[in-house]
Amino acid sequence: MSCLQTIQDYGLRSIGIGERLLPKGEFTLCEHFTLIGSGMIWNIYFGVLALITGFFFATALAVAKGSSRRLFRKPAEWFIFVFRGSPLFIQFFFAYFLFLQLKGVHPFFDPFTAAWLGALIVLFLNTAAYSAEIFYGALRSIPKGDIEAADAYGMSGWPRFRRIVWPTMLRLAWPAYTNEAIFLFHATTLVYFSGFPAWRQKGDALYYATYFADKTFNPFVPYPILAFYFILLTLVIVGVFGLINARLNRHLPAERRAKMRLRLRLIR
Amino acid sequence: MFSFCADPDTLGTFRWFSCYLTTGVHMSFYLSFLKVLLLLAITAPVALGFGFLGAMSARSHIPPVSWLGKIYIAIVRGVPDIAFFLFFVIALDQVFEWSRHQILCPEWTEPVRQGSDFIVCPIAKLPLGTSPEWVHETYGFFLAVITFAIVFGAFAANVLYGGMRAVPRAQLETAEAYGMTRRQTFWRILVPQMWVYALPGLSNLWMVLIKATPLLFLLGIEDIVYWARELGGTKTSRFTDYPHGDWRMWYFLFLLVFYLAFTRVSEVVLERLMTRLTHGQATSGGEAQRKAAA
Repeated sequence: MSCLQTIQDYGLRSIGIGERLLPKGEFTLCEHFTLIGSGMIWNIYFGVLALITGFFFATALAVAKGSSRRLFRKPAEWFIFVFRGSPLFIQFFFAYFLFLQLKGVHPFFDPFTAAWLGALIVLFLNTAAYSAEIFYGALRSIPKGDIEAADAYGMSGWPRFRRIVWPTMLRLAWPAYTNEAIFLFHATTLVYFSGFPAWRQKGDALYYATYFADKTFNPFVPYPILAFYFILLTLVIVGVFGLINARLNRHLPAERRAKMRLRLRLIR
Repeated sequence: MFSFCADPDTLGTFRWFSCYLTTGVHMSFYLSFLKVLLLLAITAPVALGFGFLGAMSARSHIPPVSWLGKIYIAIVRGVPDIAFFLFFVIALDQVFEWSRHQILCPEWTEPVRQGSDFIVCPIAKLPLGTSPEWVHETYGFFLAVITFAIVFGAFAANVLYGGMRAVPRAQLETAEAYGMTRRQTFWRILVPQMWVYALPGLSNLWMVLIKATPLLFLLGIEDIVYWARELGGTKTSRFTDYPHGDWRMWYFLFLLVFYLAFTRVSEVVLERLMTRLTHGQATSGGEAQRKAAA
């Protein structure tokens, strides 16, 4: 069987298009690459959606945590503490069994026990908590002069936040936020190992890599391929976030721009 | 456990729970918490050692050695850590068995990899097929510890490398001016000073390590996640004296609370340690302390 045929059969296997049965017997390198690459669709799906939705929630949380009103501050603090203080793995398990219980109460919760929604919600809440902490830190280090200048122009409330506070916050938080995005994508590999079932063997990249490793008992082929895909993905994230960083800093003279110095800070 | 536990069906709620939570399997559950703590206690220093070696080699002036150190540090950044866990557990086992195979059975002619099988001669097996159950468990645990140490060693190497580079250049130049060799400068000047710069990163790493302990489950160890799944599942009265519905949610809620408490306690302890270590240091933290006192 030619490689092109394999790609046709298994390229979209992870979302249920193409050959129903997974390859058997002697696995070719092409099958490894195609099926693991097909699994990456799920990693990207979880990562991108959680990142976009989490971004807005994180902004709200950061503002709430920085609020002087106890009513807003305390819930935000607790939310961030709970999601940052416990392992994501346990959060997945807990959420899955919680949704299972709820399913018994009302059929509305049926889709929540499937990975595409249930795991996405957990990732969304988790990344919101981590990003909120980053944004909160940035919010506190906004130069005093910027806010005073906004006041002097007669800005307050929403316009001040929208035009002064928020862009500066993003600019300061961006390098750390890039780091968070990279680790969010890494965290998506946990989904199919934490209770959420891979229905009809539709799994993510790590799910297929483990499938190959279990079948061939040879970890030296599938895992490096997975690593290859993820390094590629990391480079893409760094590139895209770098572009956004350049845009956020475009008004500054070149030497004052925040360099994208990426440091490994947090994983969950 | 208690004398009134003989017939659980007749007990009230409180007594029922006091019996239920002290059964033999629950004791294994509690014991697995010790397993997690043991893993942390062994892994943390070993990972720190790996990290120190990694940082030292990344700083080396011999190019291949420094590349090796830098690659070791960089590769964990790009790849999910659980992929490493799943990889190393099989890979290490096979590397050990293969090297024993080469040494112990040199006359063995068949290839080790036959299709989908990995076959070494019987006396090269690890652990030996004849060894008792606890040897198998200890070997599994040992593999898990090495895996954790390799992965977190890379993280620690990154932190320590940063700490080494943060030590003011003038300190090293002064040492050179005094005629110290590179080795003397490293051990007498750089290493004692780098800790205060590395500590925030290291305490972050400790938190990360705590939060990575549930991944033991993926390495095939009977850890807290394993027992929570086992014990929480629906039990009918045919198999146990304590039938109950699906309680896995509650077991995992308990684990969640356990981890929250654990990270919170660590946070407080590390904060105190940091305050003590920054005392009198020429860093912004030390300066803030001095001003607050004055």
